Formats: sequence, structure tokens, C-alpha cells
Amino acid sequence: MSMSRDEVRNALIDSILAVAPEADFALVRPDRPVRGQLDIDSFDFLTILVHLHEKIGVDVPESDYGKMVTLDGAVDYLARRLGVEPAKT
Amino acid sequence: MPSLGADMEDGTFVEWNVEPGQNVARGQVICVVETQKGAVDVEIWEGGVLAKLIASPGKKIPVGQVMALVATAGEDWKAIAAAAPSPLPVGAPPAATPVTGATERPAAALAASGAVPSSSGRLKVSPAARRRAAELGIDLATLKPSGALAAVSMADVESAAAATKPPDRQTAMRDAIAAAMSRSKREIPHYYLANEINVECAASWLEKRNAALPIGDRVLFAAVELKAVACALRETPELNGFYERGAFRPGTGMHLGVAVSLRGGGLVAPALHDVDKLSLADLMVQLKDLLRRARSGQLRSSEIADPTITVTNLGDLGVETVFGVIYPPQVALVGLGRSTVKPWVVGGAVAPARVLQATLSADHRVSDGMRGARFLVELDRLLQQPEGLA
Repeated sequence: MSMSRDEVRNALIDSILAVAPEADFALVRPDRPVRGQLDIDSFDFLTILVHLHEKIGVDVPESDYGKMVTLDGAVDYLARRLGVEPAKT
Repeated sequence: MPSLGADMEDGTFVEWNVEPGQNVARGQVICVVETQKGAVDVEIWEGGVLAKLIASPGKKIPVGQVMALVATAGEDWKAIAAAAPSPLPVGAPPAATPVTGATERPAAALAASGAVPSSSGRLKVSPAARRRAAELGIDLATLKPSGALAAVSMADVESAAAATKPPDRQTAMRDAIAAAMSRSKREIPHYYLANEINVECAASWLEKRNAALPIGDRVLFAAVELKAVACALRETPELNGFYERGAFRPGTGMHLGVAVSLRGGGLVAPALHDVDKLSLADLMVQLKDLLRRARSGQLRSSEIADPTITVTNLGDLGVETVFGVIYPPQVALVGLGRSTVKPWVVGGAVAPARVLQATLSADHRVSDGMRGARFLVELDRLLQQPEGLA
């Protein structure tokens, strides 16, 4: 399976929108903790992970929650976990 | 119409899920009612055969008023239905207007007026009113002239448009919270207690347990906390129940009202029933279902009416300490703050530990600080032995 980084990002955003439909990603700072910006509590967060698991088959262990604090950090982490090629700069 | 909380005076009927002649079991959802807390699935509190449906969509119905007749064992539902007076004027067309979401300004007036287009079938409408109605998308057939001219005027169109606007759910909910909390602060002599609890043991026990589970079966720490609160209440039943008509009435089970804040503002605190008797896995399944339905506005009447105590849990985003306001007629509220890592002394040495503030707001007419303290101490003790909460 090959997924691009953008596809990972879109899947994450879709999963977040499923619990926080009012979220405006134009206003979300990707380098700051995302949960506080969007009022995502621990139940919402778990729902997002379940959604992501269904969508792109990624299983995030609880011990890795700390790697998904910011939007950018979460995309990096998920991409690594899915074996996506690092972004070319 | 059931009372879904002390602050409820009436509800607007939305729809029936059942038909006359149908068997219904106690606890079955039979209809939907719009309240200040959103649309609620109303469960019937007596089983039997539905004989007659009396409530009709769009009608505002006071608490205590008959909504339907039910034939119990040995009764003939058809005879009961035939003997009941007809509840509605013939020809009232409740389906003519949208009824979902009508709370403060029920569509009832509009629906009733819709019944009478002029006898000739033609309605007199001023040209300006006709234009305005077209602009606003109002069906002229639903309008009735209010002035002396026997023609629909601009004002009639404007008021019809105002009545069909969706009611402001936010405002209604804010009013309901204001009424309940004002009553609480006016009537309930609160006392407040707080205790710092080391949850390192419980949190790491849960992490180990979750690591072995697929993502859909993982349990949130909030579920562990709820179970601990419910079990701790066994020690202090005077915190679990209601203060009504000058006396305390103990709850019939540990039905914890779980405070859920809603996106866009407002909150509800629906019940999880008999939490002390649920396994942690079952509790988590029920908690997920309750949170999902609370946020999508699909709660059941028993969940709104039954909480015997409220638990407010700020989770991991909030602050460290919360002192809650008791939701009348309940007599206590447990507040659980965000857990944070702090230095903790164990056996003469300092070690980092996850710690949280547990607070109790309780009604001094029913209990004293000594008993309230006992609850918080018991809560602490239970959280040090998390295996016992599974």
C-alpha cells in the first residue's frame, strides 16, 4: 500500500472533522497542540483513533499518544508508522 | 408527559414511534419530545398494549398531562380507545408544518391556522404580502388573515416566518442551566471538600490493560473514575439521592449523571445506570454510547430523569480542581480534575506520580463534612486497588 503524506494528512483531518465538524483547519496552528485548539477531549481523541484505524488501518498504541500532540507531529508519526516516504524538501 | 428534571415545565411533542394496538414493554422508546435539553427519546414506564395516542406533533404539553392510553394485562385496548374522548378537533393538520425543533415558539398556532383556508378554497392576500411570502418561502395556504380586512397582510406573513424559524437551542439550554443553577445556589447550602489522590497505580494498571486490547476496546481513565465513585458511594448513601419536600430520598441505584459539555456551548448530565454493578468493559461501552448520543442530541428520558448524583470530569484538557454546583434535587456532585505529574513522597523518598484533585460539593441539609470526607477517603482507597474496579 502506498499512501502519500497528503493522503495521511487528509485522513487525519477527516477523522477529526467526524468528531469536531465545526473545526476550521485554516485557523489551526499545525505546530501547536491540536486538542486544545479544537476542544478534543480524551473521548473525542479515542474516537478519532478508531476512525483512523477503520480508514487507513493504522493502530496507534496508547503509549504513542504523546507523539500525536500537534497536527504536524501526528502526520509525521502516522506517516512513519505507515511506512510513507519522507517528504522531499 | 414525564418530568425530565426539576426545571422542566413542559415539552413539545415531536412524533410517535408506535401505533395503537402495538405491544409495548416497560422501558421501550415510544415517542420523541423536544425539551430545553434537546430532543429526548421517551421510554414508557408501564408495559401493555397502546390503546390510544393522544399527543400530537407540535403541541406543547405540560408535565403530568396524558399523552397516550395503555391497556394493561386483561384490558381490551379497543374498548379503552373507543371510550376515550377524541383529543383533537377534527381536521387539525399537525403534519402541515415542520415540528422538529419547535420549542419556545411551537408551530402549533401555525398548524391550527393552517386548518382554515377560506371555505371557497381561495385566500385573499395583499399583493405586498404575496411578494413577501414568496421571498421568505412561506406557503400562503398555511396563513390566516388576522386583521379586519379578511385578507392576509404583510404582518401575517412576517409573523408566520418568525414562527417557522428554528428556535434557538443555545438560548433554551442556557435558560435551563440558569434556572437549575440559580435554584441550586438559592436553596442548597453547599459545603465543599477536596482531596489530592495519587492515581499513578490506577493509571499504569489501566495502561497495561489497554496495551493488550484492540483500539475499539480500550478503556478511558474516566471510566475507572466513574466506577470508583459509584463503589465509594456504597459507604455514604446519603450523598446519592434527592432532597424533595423537605426530606432526603435515597437513590435506588448508583445512577451517575455524567456531565458532558456540548460543542458550541451548554452541557447535559445524563445517567449511566447502576455503575457500581457494571464491569469496566461494559461501563466503557455504555459510556461511549452515552457520550455519542449526548453530543448528537439523542438521549433517553430515563437518562435525563434518573441521575442520583453528578460527576464532572475535566479530563486531560481542563484545570486541576473543580468545585461543582449541585444539580437539584440531587444532593451531591463529585468533581475530578486533570491529572498531573507531581512529586510524591513514598516511603521517605520523592518520586514522580500522576495526581488528581477529587472534590465533593454536598448538600448540608442531608450530610455533614465528616461523612463527605469519608466518601473522598474511600474513593482514594478504591483507586489504590484498581484490580477491584475491573
